[in-house]
This record gives sequence, structure tokens and C-alpha cells, in this order.
Amino acid sequence: MSTATSKAPARRESSMANLFSTKNRKLVKDPLNDNNPITVQVLGICSALAVTVQMKPSIVMALSVLVVCAFSNLTISLLRNSIPNRIRIIVQLTVVATLVILVDQVLKAFVYDISKQLSVFVGLIITNCIIMGRLEAFAMANKPWPALLDGIGNGIGYGAILIIVSAVRELLGSGKLMGVQVVPDIMYQWGYSNNGLAILPPTALIVVGVIIWIQRSNNTKLIESDKN
Amino acid sequence: MDKNSSRYTILYASVMVIVVAVLLSVAAISLAPFQAKNVRLEKMQQILLSIGVYSEPSKAAALYRKYIKEEIVLDKNGTVVKDGAIAAFDIDLKKEQDKAKAGAGDKQLFPLFILEKDGKTNYIIPVRGKGLWGPIWGYIALAADMNTLSGASFGHKSETPGLGAEIETPAFQDQFVGKKIMDEAGKFVSVKVVKGGVPPDSEHAVDAVSGGTITSNGVTEMLQRTLANYIPYFKSAGNKENMAQASIDN
Repeated sequence: MSTATSKAPARRESSMANLFSTKNRKLVKDPLNDNNPITVQVLGICSALAVTVQMKPSIVMALSVLVVCAFSNLTISLLRNSIPNRIRIIVQLTVVATLVILVDQVLKAFVYDISKQLSVFVGLIITNCIIMGRLEAFAMANKPWPALLDGIGNGIGYGAILIIVSAVRELLGSGKLMGVQVVPDIMYQWGYSNNGLAILPPTALIVVGVIIWIQRSNNTKLIESDKN
Repeated sequence: MDKNSSRYTILYASVMVIVVAVLLSVAAISLAPFQAKNVRLEKMQQILLSIGVYSEPSKAAALYRKYIKEEIVLDKNGTVVKDGAIAAFDIDLKKEQDKAKAGAGDKQLFPLFILEKDGKTNYIIPVRGKGLWGPIWGYIALAADMNTLSGASFGHKSETPGLGAEIETPAFQDQFVGKKIMDEAGKFVSVKVVKGGVPPDSEHAVDAVSGGTITSNGVTEMLQRTLANYIPYFKSAGNKENMAQASIDN
């Protein structure tokens, strides 16, 4: 009796340790840098260009993608052994579409003005290559817990870039961060003016380019050899 | 059961569809009241915007109560419908316009909002029409003379950002201030959105959005069609006012 009770917590501890093993932590950490969906895999660029004019919608978009990515990965992973192979893409799409509609409805109910700014782009999360990519490449072949972590990791990896790009664009384009003016009025009196180009999509591409540049020069794993 | 058999596949798909349908219906029904409240607040914001009052969603309801004087419903002949069951604010313009399309145009109802700002009366007419990709709508504020526009606000569902969506910007909306919907002879001419520069003294035209021709034409059509419905009311209300004025003069 006493041995049984003493064993149980120990087993739980080891399973807790397993949950956050190096391998599992790598699932979350990898997409942040070495395998970032935007800067390394260059996926999800379309929405990165479209919703990064201001920080607030970007953060909401980042959270939406994070939720959809995590839970679609989890759901597909739970279903992976039952999904008929011939309709697996349809099943994946249905799961993603359902989650996206749920997210859209929740946004419309609780953050209406931001959901209006994001307009079609919440719906377009369905077509975000990151999510379908993770489902096909990871969730279909892995257990639920790692799949959830992988989804969270990729969601954060995508969201982090979105938020960085939007911070740069809002600062340069509107002189604000999170809707609060940060460029002092006196700067404008001295002749400083907001950069109109920063509001337009090309700037997002330039900022993403600069992020890729900085990342590659710091991360040796990403530097390709000159041989080919 | 064989996972690759057609039976399994069809069964799987059917079950999945039902589960998803139930899930989404539950979500849609339980969130509907919150969404409806947001839509109402937005409507209040847009009505207020047409008389130049900007409001945050959290303050819209209070501000609306402050400015609103009367909400009335008109029928096709411009007479005020006195039916307690019909609230002007809750009239769905789309349904009313569908009545006209279905040939029951004489049953169509027209809401009119009367707001008072700085002691001046404003008549707010809700309008609704078609843009390029989806519906466009707006609120046209007429000054006390029921002819001069004191403001306008527009909204859209899915017009192209930077092109058609520009109708939502102050730059486009501010152009409407001071325009007139009647010509000098008192005939209804509406306000048109025209391409290629409007002469500065024009009373019935504003500049179109460049690159947004279809949306601009939609605005013209929407104003022409909707405002015309209110003319009978304005004519009779105007006459009454003139008579009242005349009796005072005597």
C-alpha cells in the first residue's frame, strides 16, 4: 500500500519531465528562430504584409493564428489514426475552417472594431500555409502533446515576426505604438514627418527582409554553403 | 472497418460534418447577442459621425441618447407611421429594400432620425446600396432646411482597401458638407459622385474616389434612390413649417 502511493507521484514527476523534455522544448523553440515559418520557410507572407500597419490588429491576428494553429494541430493529431487517407486534406481543412470561424465569431463579439480592421484576413487564416503545412508535416504523424507544442511554437514564431514588423511600421508610419503617440510633438515642429510608405504593404516586405538579414548573419545554421 | 473503404470514408465525412455543424451553430447562437450589441453601437457611432460627432464604442450609447431627439418611421407617401411595434432604429434596410424588389414597394418603411446638435436640427437618413464587392451604406445628415447636407458618413462590407474603401475616410465624407439635394426650383436632384474634378461652386456633386469607380457609382445610385423616398415627407414637413412661419408673421 505504502509503496504504491510513494510510486505514483514519482511516476507523475517523470511524466511531467517528459512533457517538457529537450525534444519537446525544441518543438516550441525551433520555430522561433532556426525554423521560423515566416523568415526561414517564407510562409504566411500575405497576412504579414496585410495586417501589420498597426500593432493592435497584429497582436490580435497573431493570437488568432496561434489558437488556430495549436488547436488544429491537436485535433488532427488526436484524429490522425482514424482519418481516411483519401480525404485527409478535406478533414484538415474542415478542422481549420471550423476553428477559424469560431475565432472570427469570438472576435466579432468581443473586439468588434479590431475584427473589422482585420476583416477578411481572419477568414484567410484558413488558407495560411503555415497551418496546413504543420498539419500535413507534423500533426498527421505525431502524438497530441508534441503536436500541440509544435502548433504553439509555430504560432508564436509567426506572431513574433508580425508584432516586430507592425511595431516598426506603426512607429515610422504613424509615430505611435499600440495607438499611443511616442514621437513627441516637438519632433514634428522641427520638421519630422511620418513616413507614408511605412503604411503601405511594401514596407512590411522590406522589414521582413531586414529581419531575415539580421537573423541569417547571427545564426550560422541558416547560412548556406557557397558550393552550389 | 477498412479505413480506405468508401463506406468508411463517407461515414467519416458525414459524422464530421454533423459534429462541425452542431459546434458552429452553438457558437453562433450563444455569441449572437454580443455581436448584435456591437452592431447597434456601431450604428449609433455612424449616425453620430454623420453630424460630426466622433464617439468611442463605449460612449456611443450615452452620446446617442444625448443628441437624439426623435426616431420616426415613414411610409411611401411620407406620412409618419404611428405604430408602437415598429422601432425606427431596428428597421433592417435590407429587408425593406427587398420588399421593393418583391413588388411590395408601397409597404416599404423608411426610418428617419432627428438629432439636435448645438441647437440645430439634423435629419439623418440611412442609405444602403451596392458597392463593387458587397453592400455599402451610410447616413446622410440634412440641416434644418431639409435640403443642405450637414454631413455624411459611409461604411462598407468589403470594398478594396485604398480604392473603394476610401468612401469611409473623412476626406471623402467631408466633401458632402454644404451640398444640396434640391435644385433652385425645389426639384430633387440628389448629390452625385463624379469623376474628373468637380467645379468648386457645384452644389450637387462631389469628387469620386480614384480607382473606385464602381463604388463611387454605387454611392450615387444609393443616394439618388434612397433620398428620393424622403422627399414627400420633407415637402409636407416643409409646408407645415412655412405655414407656421406665415401665421407667426401675420
